[in-house]
Amino acid sequence: MAAQPETVEQVRAVTEQKYKYGFTTDIEADVAPKGLNEDIVRFISAKKEEPEWLLEWRLKAFRVWQTMEEPEWAAVSFPPIDYQDAHYYAAPKKKAGPKSLDEVDPELLKTYEKLGIPLREQEILAGVEGSEGKSPAIAVDAVFDSVSVATTFKAKLEEMGIIFCAISEAVQKHPDLVKKYLGSVVPYTDNYYATLNCAVFTDGSFVYIPKGVRCPMELSTYFRINQANTGQFERTLIIADEGAYVSYLEGCTAPKRDENQLHAAVVELVAMDDATIKYSTVQNWYPGNEEGVGGIYNFVTKRGACRGRNSKISWTQVETGSAITWKYPSCILQGDNSVGEFYSVAITNNFQQADTGTKMIHIGKNTRSTIVSKGISAGKAQQTYRGLVKILPKAEGARNHTQCDSLLIGDRCGAHTVPYIESRNRSARIEHEATTAKISEDQLFYCRQRGISEEDAVSLIVNGFCKEVLKELPMEFAVEAQKLVGISLEGSVG
Amino acid sequence: MTAQHSPLHPMTYSTRGADPATAPAFLAPLDQVGAGLPGSGLSWLTDLRAAGRERFVAVGLPTIKNESWRYTNLRDLAKIGFRPASPAAATIDLLPTVRAEGQDGPRLVFVDGRFRADLSSIEGLPPGVELLSIAAALTSHTDLLADHIGRLAVADDRPLVALNSAYLADGPVLHVPAGIQVERPIELVFVSVGSEAQATSCHPRSLLIAEAGSKAVVVEHHVGRGAGTTLSNHVTEVFVGEGATLHHYKSQREGGGAIHLSHIAATVATGGCYDNFILTTGAKLSRNEVVSRLDGTDARTHVSGGYLVRSTQHADTTTLIVHAKPNGTSREVYKGVIGDTARAVFQGKITVCPDAQKTDGYQLNRALLLSDGAEIDSKPELEIHADDVKCSHGCTAGELDDDALFYLRARGIDRDTAQGLLIGAFLSESLEEIAEESIRDAFQGIVAGWLEEQK
Repeated sequence: MAAQPETVEQVRAVTEQKYKYGFTTDIEADVAPKGLNEDIVRFISAKKEEPEWLLEWRLKAFRVWQTMEEPEWAAVSFPPIDYQDAHYYAAPKKKAGPKSLDEVDPELLKTYEKLGIPLREQEILAGVEGSEGKSPAIAVDAVFDSVSVATTFKAKLEEMGIIFCAISEAVQKHPDLVKKYLGSVVPYTDNYYATLNCAVFTDGSFVYIPKGVRCPMELSTYFRINQANTGQFERTLIIADEGAYVSYLEGCTAPKRDENQLHAAVVELVAMDDATIKYSTVQNWYPGNEEGVGGIYNFVTKRGACRGRNSKISWTQVETGSAITWKYPSCILQGDNSVGEFYSVAITNNFQQADTGTKMIHIGKNTRSTIVSKGISAGKAQQTYRGLVKILPKAEGARNHTQCDSLLIGDRCGAHTVPYIESRNRSARIEHEATTAKISEDQLFYCRQRGISEEDAVSLIVNGFCKEVLKELPMEFAVEAQKLVGISLEGSVG
Repeated sequence: MTAQHSPLHPMTYSTRGADPATAPAFLAPLDQVGAGLPGSGLSWLTDLRAAGRERFVAVGLPTIKNESWRYTNLRDLAKIGFRPASPAAATIDLLPTVRAEGQDGPRLVFVDGRFRADLSSIEGLPPGVELLSIAAALTSHTDLLADHIGRLAVADDRPLVALNSAYLADGPVLHVPAGIQVERPIELVFVSVGSEAQATSCHPRSLLIAEAGSKAVVVEHHVGRGAGTTLSNHVTEVFVGEGATLHHYKSQREGGGAIHLSHIAATVATGGCYDNFILTTGAKLSRNEVVSRLDGTDARTHVSGGYLVRSTQHADTTTLIVHAKPNGTSREVYKGVIGDTARAVFQGKITVCPDAQKTDGYQLNRALLLSDGAEIDSKPELEIHADDVKCSHGCTAGELDDDALFYLRARGIDRDTAQGLLIGAFLSESLEEIAEESIRDAFQGIVAGWLEEQK
């Protein structure tokens, strides 16, 4: 493995950092009282000035949720969550809705600067150049304690008929679209956390790409949990109509806190005929400290429906944060010739636990899916890949290839692989491979011999191990993801 | 050999989703036969039976809510109303065998779970090697049984083992003393006869002990004679001592009315080797559980097999390999062929405990679907708690290769023959795992017979 000098330099730069997103911003917040009951659901709905049908839907979900039991099958353990001991609504206080970035609380903007999302810069940059098409611009929707605070490049996107806004705004402005698709991929009865989300979701992003439109820039949401004792329940809905294309990025951070915070999001993707949705996540919620205190419980339901022929949904995730991750981005391959992809890097260190994977449900003819999962477990962390590949009887000629590799660093961590492979069509071809190994002594020795410190060498080798997945990320994210790989493994060797 | 009361990993084999309501149907007949079971004067045995019974009363049959049983549904079993098979003196001819011409043994035969001395022989065994029925051993080898029975097959987390313990009465016992090599394969034949008027059940228990440095080959045949519904709930405990080698081959070709449930629990001491191969072609519903624990360093285990099912058969293969100590090697190669609307299940788990550094684990399961309506459900699982290990699994499902079929047909071979050739070749990869040539040939013969019927 040739060590590029700049890579080494970059690794060095980042390994000296700890969790750099661990700050809180002092902004006056509008917070609902603690607890969860129908009144809170009504309160949230009223705050959002929602139509009656949405309130009814939330209440239906809440009533179902009360009858549900928390799932126990995942290989994670945590003390029982007191769902009454949290705030279900926290919004940065504002006088009126921000019409442009200038109206956004300067404190907030500073927060985002610290996070490294240059909302403002980008607008300026784009304005100066005057030719936005050339530069790889990104439209950002920033979600702060599950309330959308700013969306950039809106005007430019609107020209093309693309809708990119907060979901609460979409409920007001495009109720027909929201009503048609909300809950159509993840129904309100789906699972414990998703159902809870249906009842109390506060905001999130909404994207609609009209027929034949190729979204000219990356769309991005930055999620941040700021308020203490809040759960974050955002909901994302992305619809790519016939022949449309969109690439969507999601990044997440949270401040350092000793108590655990719950994050139960739902993401729904719908791809019609010939449409493509690429969804990338860099999840870097606060993972808790070295003793396993604090951190985010990331219990997320993400699912995409390839409804149309030749449609494609591709999930790429880099999961380095959260105390506990429970997440299975999935594809329902309904349209003939549709394609599902799942590329994942999950890194767990210290006391982190991750149970993550995907589901590929092959319904239509000639549907294809690819799963590449790279898991790295260090310290006392436990990690599980859990995945399902299901071929239904009508899925003639379906094809799946799965590769799951785990890397163990240290002798007190665990790496587990639990794939379910179910085929009911003889013409379907399924291949699954999984390996578990530790960092090769030879590779480590090679790097050390060339004067690279052990920690840098591990970071390099792990980056190489993950390359197949990292290369799927859009450029801007790939760089950040590489740094994260280094940071996450800090203190795992030596 | 030291005692190892090691409960298996609870995560997969919990009794979550158990259904106590199904218990009475299976236990009611026990009240009538219970007092007549052999060895009723032995307190350890009555305790073991009582504990099994108590456990089964509490949990009943496993249901599909139990993770380990998600693909095999026993719900209908409770409605059948099985009666314990009566030890009938049925005439049995044409017993399956792998023996050479002119050899009479060693062989033990069990009909509906009961030992048949008239059909058995211990000819050809080296001195010191003991091969007898549990019913007989309860009077002659009490200590041997007390030291081994119930030690590996733990009833706590396995309802069917509990049920087996409750009915524990008979089955084969093999004891190979230290350093002895048994040349001839030891045959264990289990015949289900049952009755056409009444569904019958039996719960045989096998005990195979190979002491340090010994070597033996055990071949099990499970066959059916008769058209009735039979349930065989078999539990086998295998002890492989230091540096010992036990080859354990099994062919299950019971009749179309049979339900075959089997649990094999093995422990392997330092430097020992447990080699298991199961060929499944029979029974309408079957489940083969193999649990092999490497409890000593440098131990090896091979757990392989083939499953060939058609019509509406359901065959479940569930394996668990536990690497408890360093430097262990495990290897699994399974091949399956599924026709008509049959369904096969493969669940294979490799667990590497925190101490088991330098483990090398390999697992492969490949399934061939021959028709629309056939189904394969695979769940290969790795649970790794040590870092210096090399573990991998592979799993595929698909149909016969069109190109290969075309190649053969282009050479004038008819479709059925060409398919047979390709399926045979596909299966041979797992059959080659059988180290003993005579047994490999015999098993290949069973496969050839199955393929011939398939035409």
